[in-house]
Amino acid sequence: MNVPTNLKYAKSHEWVRVEGDTAVVGITDHAQQELTDIVYVELPKLDADVEAGKPCAVVESVKAASDIYAPVSGEVIAVNEELAHAPELLNEDPYGKGWMFKVKLRDTGELGELLNASDYTHHIGA
Amino acid sequence: MTPAAPFASRHLGSGSAEIQAMLQTVGAPSLDTLISAAIPSEIRLGKPLNLPTGSTAPEALAELKTILAQNRVSKSYIGTGYADCFTPPVIQRNILENPGWYTAYTPYQAEISQGRLEALLNFQTMVTDLTGLEVANASLLDEATAAAEAMTLCHRVHGGNHDNIFLVSELCHPQTIAVVQTRAEPLGIKVVVGDHRKFEISDSVFGILVQYPATDGAIFDYSALCTAAHQHFALVVVATDLLALTLLKPPGEFGADVAVGNSQRYGVPLGYGGPHAAFFATRDTHKRQMPGRLIGVSHDAQGHPALRMALQTREQHIRREKATSNICTAQVLLAVMAGMYAVWHGPAGLKRIAQRIHDLTRRLAENVGRVGDEPFFDTIRIRAKAPANLNVRDFGDGTLGISLDETTTDKDVDELLNLLGGSGVPAATGFGSLSRTSSFLANPVFNRYHTEHEMLRYIKRLEARDLSLTTSMIPLGSCTMKLNATAEMIPVTWPEVGKLHPFVPKAQAAGYQELFRQLEGWLCEITGFAACSLQPNAGSAGEYAGLLTIRAYQEAQRHVCLIPVSAHGTNPASAVMAGFRVVPVACDQQGNIDLADLRAKAAQHQDDLAALMVTYPSTHGVFESGIKEICRIIHDHGGQVYMDGANMNAQVGLCRPGDIGADVCHLNLHKTFCIPHGGGGPGVGPICVAKHLAPFLPKHVSAAPHGSASILVISWMYIRMMGAAGLVDASKLAILNANYIAQRLEKYFPVVYRGHGNRVAHECIVDCRDWKARAGIEVEDVAKRLMDYGFHAPTMSWPVAGTLMIEPTESESKAELDRFCDAMIAIHGELATIESGKLDRENNPLKNAPHTARVVTADQWDRPYSREQAAYPAPWLREHKFWPVVGRVDNVYGDRHLVCTCPIVEEFMQTS
Repeated sequence: MNVPTNLKYAKSHEWVRVEGDTAVVGITDHAQQELTDIVYVELPKLDADVEAGKPCAVVESVKAASDIYAPVSGEVIAVNEELAHAPELLNEDPYGKGWMFKVKLRDTGELGELLNASDYTHHIGA
Repeated sequence: MTPAAPFASRHLGSGSAEIQAMLQTVGAPSLDTLISAAIPSEIRLGKPLNLPTGSTAPEALAELKTILAQNRVSKSYIGTGYADCFTPPVIQRNILENPGWYTAYTPYQAEISQGRLEALLNFQTMVTDLTGLEVANASLLDEATAAAEAMTLCHRVHGGNHDNIFLVSELCHPQTIAVVQTRAEPLGIKVVVGDHRKFEISDSVFGILVQYPATDGAIFDYSALCTAAHQHFALVVVATDLLALTLLKPPGEFGADVAVGNSQRYGVPLGYGGPHAAFFATRDTHKRQMPGRLIGVSHDAQGHPALRMALQTREQHIRREKATSNICTAQVLLAVMAGMYAVWHGPAGLKRIAQRIHDLTRRLAENVGRVGDEPFFDTIRIRAKAPANLNVRDFGDGTLGISLDETTTDKDVDELLNLLGGSGVPAATGFGSLSRTSSFLANPVFNRYHTEHEMLRYIKRLEARDLSLTTSMIPLGSCTMKLNATAEMIPVTWPEVGKLHPFVPKAQAAGYQELFRQLEGWLCEITGFAACSLQPNAGSAGEYAGLLTIRAYQEAQRHVCLIPVSAHGTNPASAVMAGFRVVPVACDQQGNIDLADLRAKAAQHQDDLAALMVTYPSTHGVFESGIKEICRIIHDHGGQVYMDGANMNAQVGLCRPGDIGADVCHLNLHKTFCIPHGGGGPGVGPICVAKHLAPFLPKHVSAAPHGSASILVISWMYIRMMGAAGLVDASKLAILNANYIAQRLEKYFPVVYRGHGNRVAHECIVDCRDWKARAGIEVEDVAKRLMDYGFHAPTMSWPVAGTLMIEPTESESKAELDRFCDAMIAIHGELATIESGKLDRENNPLKNAPHTARVVTADQWDRPYSREQAAYPAPWLREHKFWPVVGRVDNVYGDRHLVCTCPIVEEFMQTS
């Protein structure tokens, strides 16, 4: 299981990469494996305000629709538009081309609530 | 067991010798001891049902004929969304009257459903072409509910920033307005009905509904209305008529966002209101907000095009309370007929029919005192008094509506002019800027089968691709795929059943009224309730109607609806539509409702507790012992108990929802009471209620006053022929058959849940979960492999992921049950071979299932098992082999590359 050490993780299986005052968000390798082939991604709207722990996006496989929870609070400043016609990027490259959206961090303190790679690895029992 | 009445012995799969043999296998000394073990004694019905004694088929048919002779079949000019038509005989006999089409289930198992999937793709293509919109679903229950679904689509798309106003033209059909109002109220949507020319469109409006042509026949140009609506981000829904659209500019070309309507006049009998297939089309951008089933194109494991149901994540079985709708079933059989009507007539033929009706209407219009000067198609409004004995629409303001249809003759118009004629003015020819200029139905499928031989063979070719009850048992748990006896089906196409318009005066439908009265009485007796509404057109519609009844009784003061996590997805979806907040209740390890959690949730919400929705026997197929206690807890905390009657087939004559403590239940007449599944509809979902709820039954949950009236004859025939004794025997045998299968398979596939007396009820869940680790095999592989053995899979991964839920019903013989068990055991043998390493974990008969003739007869065969093992793994297949026409369908590809209209099927024909 791929759990990069430079990222932070939510227990609900989203990852966060901090770039200055911006958080890049996606779903983990473990999550994409559990969800199986992803066929559709519903992203938050640009400029939307997301709140940590609240659902803000949906990913769909053929058989399931799963909520994605915002790992941090703030304004959505970018979404990965590639996913509209290539949802498989979430499966193929969850930490790279499969990023979902970027949030302008409102409270960097929230980052402390997230798990590091080894705690997340433990969390998923890998 | 009581001696079977003559018909009952044909309905029940086993006689006394087979029953004894099965009892021996399950280890019960008698059928009654088995039933006593399976059902808690405190809920047993201690008396026979007060129903007629069973009869033979000819006796029951004669009795029904006498009742229905009271119906008076006469010409109708009432219109209002229903138009008489000719059902092409080739379609009537080979689809409507053909068990190869009407006994199939919803096409969840795509590989053995390619025939009706193609027929439904034709329907979708027809609807998109005629409406000028980009995507259409595979039908909804009726025009009025389709309009209500369109309203909620608009609300989902643009409801957020508005004051929730939905504008409805007063010239929509009255039943549509009534259903839209019913559906809007619990959702907090404000419906404003008025003259569309005076609509005040503001940012508070999220959607608009108009009728085209209007209910009184007038044709308006709505393009300016659409432009104005879009300026305020409101969507426009156009309720329309597929025959008029062969001559008129389609809604998609003047800016409509959604088009809905009734496809009945495409060859489907009036049937006193239904069943008919409603259509629903919208723009590509809204496809994920669309309700109902959607057929899409994908490919199979060999890369050949194959059809399937697409985007299922929108639906209630996946999204539950977040689904786009509570709709579960559709009107497949009727949508297939409507699509075939278009195949049969083609674009030129349809246009000719439409033009002829329009010409007759013009002749009429030019010789009567018409009201208004808008263009018209087949309906005009005149100022006159209604002549006696003429079925016209009376607007109640001194004007009448007169609608002509495919069956109207020149002589009919002469007679109308004799009765109503006066002076008129010449009517303009054509529709000016609203004339249709775009072509439609150019696809070869609509231009190829216009002779009867060609049509007959096309229908038969599609039929042969589908596995129906004419091939083998369809052991779908929770779906009750029992016999649909021919004698039950015969009355459906009697003229006194099919030829009545839903709004004729009651006196003309006295036979129907008598039929309803008897059937309602029988269903009340069977459920132990006081009143019944036959209106809901499906189980999900019944759930909704039942919850509305509770809501009205509680004056909308209570809002929490408790629903066990094991419930069918329609339950939470219906609860949300009825304005309730869903609070889940946990289940214990045995799959039963967790009583401690139920008590806690009931207490926590006691000031706001509206209802509990509970399925009985449970969705896990067992009679829960705690059911009476469960009902008591809810009542003690101010709530009402809604019993989902999906599993009623285990209760009839043995116990009754009313006695157990429920306040309302719905029945699935298409499960327990023999209405065939039609390949995915029609259904009928009446509700029965306790006395205190009777005054609160809703009046407008369906378009037609009596829902799908014409197929109620099927359930009437079933109950009449079986009689009280036959019905109770059916329930007992359904329970014995399920226990027999559970016993035979237990050693191979453990039974997941057992209930009272360590018995299952009428279905059983068998475990396939550990085969993933042991052999890399998923439950889906087992399901697909069953196709190679000539069977439809049981219900897969519901209500427990990785399991199969098997419901044999009472009408399968022991021989058929044994054949099914033998297939399952043989598959178990294949699993063991994979586990032992003798067969490859990837390249094996399960992973590669189903095997098509093309694969098995190919010159190349490089698989590590034989061709015989692939396609003829059991001896009975030498006698009769059902060949899946495509290999494993690629679901992922289909959802990632959505195509929902026909052209690609033509490519498919060329490549294959």
